[in-house]
Amino acid sequence: MYTKRPDGRKFDEIREMKAKVGVVPRANGSALFAFGDTIAIASVYGPRPLHPQHLQNPEKGVLRVNYDMLSFSVPERKKPGPTRRSQEISKVTEWALLPALQIKNFQNTVVDVHIAVLQANASTRCAGINAASLALAHAGVPMTELVSAVSIGKIDDKIVVDLIKEEEDHKEGEGSTDIPMAFLSESGKISLLQLDGKISSKKLKEAIEAGKKACKKIYELQKKTLKEIREE
Amino acid sequence: MAKSQNKTETKKAQKEKREIVVPGEKIASEEDYLPGEWTKKEGNSIIALRFGLADKSGRLVKIIPLSGIYMPRKGNIVIGRVIDITFNGWIIDIDSPYQAFLPITECSKFVNKNDLSECYDIGDTIVAKVLNVKRKGIDLTTKGRNLGKLEEGMVIQINSNKVPRVIGKEGSMINLIKKESDCEIIVGQNGVIWIKGPKVENELFAQKAILFVTEKSYIEGLTEKTKEWFEKSKNKIEKKNKEE
Amino acid sequence: MEISNLTKKRIKDYLESGNRFDNRKLLDYRNIEIETNVSKNAEGSARVRLGNTEVVAGVKMDISEPYTDHEDEGTMVTTVELLPLSSEEFDYGPPRINAIEMARIVDRGIRESGFIDFKKLCIKKGKQVWTIFIDIYSINDDGNLLDAACLATVSALLTAKMPKYDEKKEKVCYNELTSKKIPLTKNVPLTFTFHKIGKSIILDPSKEEEESSEARLSIALSSNKKEVVINAMQKGNEEVFSEAEILKIIELAEKKYKEVKEEIINKIEKNLKENK
Repeated sequence: MYTKRPDGRKFDEIREMKAKVGVVPRANGSALFAFGDTIAIASVYGPRPLHPQHLQNPEKGVLRVNYDMLSFSVPERKKPGPTRRSQEISKVTEWALLPALQIKNFQNTVVDVHIAVLQANASTRCAGINAASLALAHAGVPMTELVSAVSIGKIDDKIVVDLIKEEEDHKEGEGSTDIPMAFLSESGKISLLQLDGKISSKKLKEAIEAGKKACKKIYELQKKTLKEIREE
Repeated sequence: MAKSQNKTETKKAQKEKREIVVPGEKIASEEDYLPGEWTKKEGNSIIALRFGLADKSGRLVKIIPLSGIYMPRKGNIVIGRVIDITFNGWIIDIDSPYQAFLPITECSKFVNKNDLSECYDIGDTIVAKVLNVKRKGIDLTTKGRNLGKLEEGMVIQINSNKVPRVIGKEGSMINLIKKESDCEIIVGQNGVIWIKGPKVENELFAQKAILFVTEKSYIEGLTEKTKEWFEKSKNKIEKKNKEE
Repeated sequence: MEISNLTKKRIKDYLESGNRFDNRKLLDYRNIEIETNVSKNAEGSARVRLGNTEVVAGVKMDISEPYTDHEDEGTMVTTVELLPLSSEEFDYGPPRINAIEMARIVDRGIRESGFIDFKKLCIKKGKQVWTIFIDIYSINDDGNLLDAACLATVSALLTAKMPKYDEKKEKVCYNELTSKKIPLTKNVPLTFTFHKIGKSIILDPSKEEEESSEARLSIALSSNKKEVVINAMQKGNEEVFSEAEILKIIELAEKKYKEVKEEIINKIEKNLKENK
C-alpha cells in the first residue's frame, strides 16, 4: 500500500510551482517554469524566414521544438547534445503545442521553441511544455488558448499528481506508472498523452480526471504570470 | 480648478483601463459585440487570440499586442538593412517573418545594372515603403519623399508594437522628442528607428527618451509624463555640465 | 536584425572620445551578478550575469583512467554549448567553431593556472583518477560570453563538493555528496577579453560593441602568492594588433586582475554563505 509520498505531499498536490516570463531578453518571448526541483526555461524566436528553403512549407507556418537537458541537470552526467530521448520529447512537445497555435497564415516561416532543463527531478517534459506555452504567448504568437501539462502517476494502487524521481522508481506493489499529459486551457482537449507502466482502463480514467484538475491549477498560474507583466 | 479636472480625467482613464488578456480568454460575452483584430467570436463570446491589451471601442473588441515580431502591411514605412544583392534588386532584412525585396524598378535613383552596389551596398541602412505583401515575401519601394539610403546617425530597435506610442497622437510624442533632443528621427513601423543629431550625445538622449516611452507604455497621459521626464533629465545634464 | 553600419561608426567615433553608449569607461565591466548552486544535481554550479549576458556552468565528476603520461593526476573535460535558446544567431546541432574555441580558452586558463590540484584527484596511480567535467551553457547572449563563461566556471568549481566514491563497488554515489571540496589552490584564474574598435581598446563589450569589434585578445591570468602570471592567450578575429597594443593590453590585464580578483572572490563567497 502506498500511503505516504516521500516529500509529504497529498496525492493530488502539485509541487510548489514557479513561473516567470522574460528570462531570455534576447528572444522574442521566454519563460521559466518549475515544479519544485524541476526547472525548465523556454525561449521563442519567430515567426521568421525558414532556411534552407526546402524545409519551408508553402501551406502553413512550421513549429520546431528543441528540448534539451543540461548535462549537469541529472545526477549522472548526460553528454551534451541530442539523444533519442530528447528527440522524441521534442516531437511530442511540438504536437502538444501545435493545436493551440494559429500559424497557418505564416507560410514558409518557422517558429522556433527551445527548451532547456536546468535541474531535473522528473516531469521535465511537462515543465518544458508549460514554459514553452508561456513563452509562445509572451512572444505574441497567435494562439487559440494556452497549454498546460502535468505528469500523473499510479504508484502501487494510488493515483498521484506530479511525480518526482523517487516515485518514478517505485518498485513495490504494482510499481510505478508514469502518464504525462497536456490539456488545452479552454477547450479541455488533450494534446499530449504518454504512458509508461501498467494500468487498468478504470484507473486510467481516474488519472486523466486528476490530470485535468491539476492542469486547471497550472493554467491559473500561467494566466496570472502573463497578466503580471503590466506591473513590471 | 485644474486639480479637479485632473481627477475626473483619471477617473475616466480608469474606467477605460484596458485589461491584459491571455490567448483563449473570454473578453466579452454580450451578444452585441463584434470581433476585431486578434479575436474570434464563439457563440455570444469574444475570445482573445493573442496576448495583449483588450480594447473595446464602441461595439468592436480587439487585442492590442504587447509583444511579437513585426507584421508588414502595405504602405508601412520601414527601415531595413541590405543583406544581399541579386541581378534585379536588393534583399532587405526588415526583421519580419519574411524577407523583403527591393526591385531595381522601384529604386528612386538611377541604377547601373552592372553594379547595383553603387546604389545600395550590403550593410547599408535604407528607409523604404512596403509596396505589397505577398505569400512568399514583401516588395519594397524607395520611390517617394524621404525614402532611400540613410547617411550618418545611428539606428536603434524597439518592439514594433510600441511604435504607435513613440509616435503619439498625430505625432505629438515623436515631435516632442525631436524638439527636446534636437535630432532628426525616422520611426519605421517595424520598430527600427533612425536618429541623427548635431552630436552623439543628442542621439543618445533621444534614444533614452524613446526607451522611456516604450517602457512606460501602459501609463495613461504618457505625453505629460514624458515632458516631466525631459525636465528632470535636462536639469540633471545641466547640473553635470556645471560640475564638470 | 544585425547592427547597422551607421551605429558601428557612431560607436567607434564615440569610443575615440573616451565614451561608451551605456556611460561606462572603456575598461569597465557591466554589473557582475554571481549566483551559486543553481542546479542541485550538479556537484557545483553557478550562474553569472554580465549586464544582460547570462551563462550557467556546472561541474560533474566521474572516475576514469589517467593519461599514460600523467599517471597520478586527475583529468578535466570542458565543453561550451552556445544554446540556440540564447540567441537567434546560434543553430541547433553539433558545436560550431565559436563554441569549441570558447571551451578551449576556458580550459587552458583553468588548467595552466594550477587552480585545480590534479595530483590530489588521483585514486589509484595509473588506474583510477577523478575526472572533472565542466559544462558551460549560454542562456542569453548580450556580448562577452567568454569572460562570463570563465567566471561561471571558477564560481562553479569553488562551490563544488566531491561525490562519494564506493571503492568496493568502484562506483560513484551521486546522491551522496561529501563535505569535501574539489582540491583547489589559491591561483584563481580570470579571463579578460579585450576588443579593438578603431583606435580604442575596451573590455566587456555589449552585443553591439562586440559586433563592431575588429580584433580581440583574450588573456587568462592567475596569481600565486607573489606575482600575477599569464596562463593563456588567444588573439581572435581578422584584424591585427601592433606590438605596442599587445604590450599595453597585457599591462592593462595585469592591473585589472589585481583590481577585481578580491572583489570577485568575495562575491562568490558571499553568495555561497547566503546559499547555505
